[in-house]
Amino acid sequence: MISKLFIANRGEIAVRLVRAAQELGIPAVVGHSSADADSLAVRLASEAVEIGPPHPTKSYLNADSVMAAARSVGADALHPGYGFLSENAAFAEAVEAAGMVFVGPTPQAIRLMGDKAAARAAAQRAGVPTVPGSDGVISDLESARRIAAGIGFPIMIKASAGGGGRGIRVAENDAELLKLLPMAQAEARAAFGDHGVYLERFVRRAKHIEVQVLGDGTDVIHLFERECSLQRRRQKVIEEAPSPSLDGQARAALCDAAVRLAKSVGYRSAGTVEFLYDADARQFFFIEMNTRIQVEHPVTEMITGIDLAREMLRIGRGERLRLRQADVAMRGAAMEFRINAEDPDRNFAPAPGTITSLSLPGGPGVRVDSLLFDGYRVPPFYDSLLAKLIVWDEDRPAVLARGARALGEFKVEGVPSTVSLHLRMLADPQVRAGDYDTGYLERWFAAKQ
Amino acid sequence: MATHEVLSPLPGTFYRKPSPDAGPFVKDGDVVGVGDVIGLVEVMKMFNEVHADSAGTVVRFLVDDEAPVEAGQALLVIEG
Repeated sequence: MISKLFIANRGEIAVRLVRAAQELGIPAVVGHSSADADSLAVRLASEAVEIGPPHPTKSYLNADSVMAAARSVGADALHPGYGFLSENAAFAEAVEAAGMVFVGPTPQAIRLMGDKAAARAAAQRAGVPTVPGSDGVISDLESARRIAAGIGFPIMIKASAGGGGRGIRVAENDAELLKLLPMAQAEARAAFGDHGVYLERFVRRAKHIEVQVLGDGTDVIHLFERECSLQRRRQKVIEEAPSPSLDGQARAALCDAAVRLAKSVGYRSAGTVEFLYDADARQFFFIEMNTRIQVEHPVTEMITGIDLAREMLRIGRGERLRLRQADVAMRGAAMEFRINAEDPDRNFAPAPGTITSLSLPGGPGVRVDSLLFDGYRVPPFYDSLLAKLIVWDEDRPAVLARGARALGEFKVEGVPSTVSLHLRMLADPQVRAGDYDTGYLERWFAAKQ
Repeated sequence: MATHEVLSPLPGTFYRKPSPDAGPFVKDGDVVGVGDVIGLVEVMKMFNEVHADSAGTVVRFLVDDEAPVEAGQALLVIEG
């Protein structure tokens, strides 16, 4: 049972969780920073308590303050939302040690999936493909050629000490590998003081496709996939389901792989298994598992009709999964547009401010998950997400039309917003065709400048 | 000598140091020129440099490291 839920988060996800708790008849307490005292989540919650000063490190990321606040209001369960402390295994342990339910996975699952190497090993044990690569640094040219032949071309030569895209060379064939490997090693030594390089399959047209899973510690089901390839600076901009890139067979293989991995670790609660999909080779590879509810979860809710936040609370209070895989059906298509307080015409400079006028879209198939109200003062201390506009319709072409209609109705004044950017993207032929990869939006911006 | 206040260009969190372990950009008694970085303001997870808009000697800071600031709030006093 859960008799009082503590929400250790802010913004639209805190609002989302208050609503889910209310629908289950669970009183919800929002723990908020001093800057969020007059937020929508606080207004809607049955109770609110301050957890610290504005800066997240002193409030939402301060595990001791959060725990003290949760105890002080007599909560017997805590939902961490996304970001902040949601994937901190030590925090989940502290919640459980205090006798509260952590509404999420076990600390062990968080720790396992938070460790890149351990997560990759878990995927391999579960028979889930990972990006083929050399297991470690390349010692000499001959072994490099042997390993590369096994991985397949094109192949990436990556500096072990590199990161963020630096120190990467792409070889198309064996001859290029022979030429580029010594160069890459020399460059790595010059740039990073370490000549170690490793090899990894290069995916020219990579798509980010992720599978939503729900588990109760024993059984695991999937709720199909979301495609999130439209990204800027590794931040998702538009997400959609189903992925326009998968046929039924590929979808089944991908979803089965996600369930296999989650089952193999006895996964509990909502989670997302992320894959890189090679659109040319039509192959998928495990990247990581996010052990939390995700920003884009409403897309899945729209196509399945299943309330993920509510299911998390049900599982949190000890219930078994209510649904079997055969009960989960997909209907229609959905897209989510992230509306940020950023100015697309000024290099996406974020700007806080006071909402002077607000008019949100409505009508059939339209959902807005937001933190906004008229007169709300958007604080400068947190991320710039203002709202998520989620649109459902019977098929993808109808979603595109409904999305444009709803975006046209979205009026917010007092802060800049990315609404106009979404409208421009929806007019783009390749976006309309679903023909985009994770680099598409960056190239699109570069071409516009 | 005239004194001058450097104002925060943006609302957010003010930092006197480039990173938690580093020393401050400038401290009391330092001589600064126009355009020198005197701190950072974090706005919605983006860091923006704050530049001195007047040359002179730093007299005192009016805002602590990691304190919340408003746009237009005085950060430090320069005498020059």
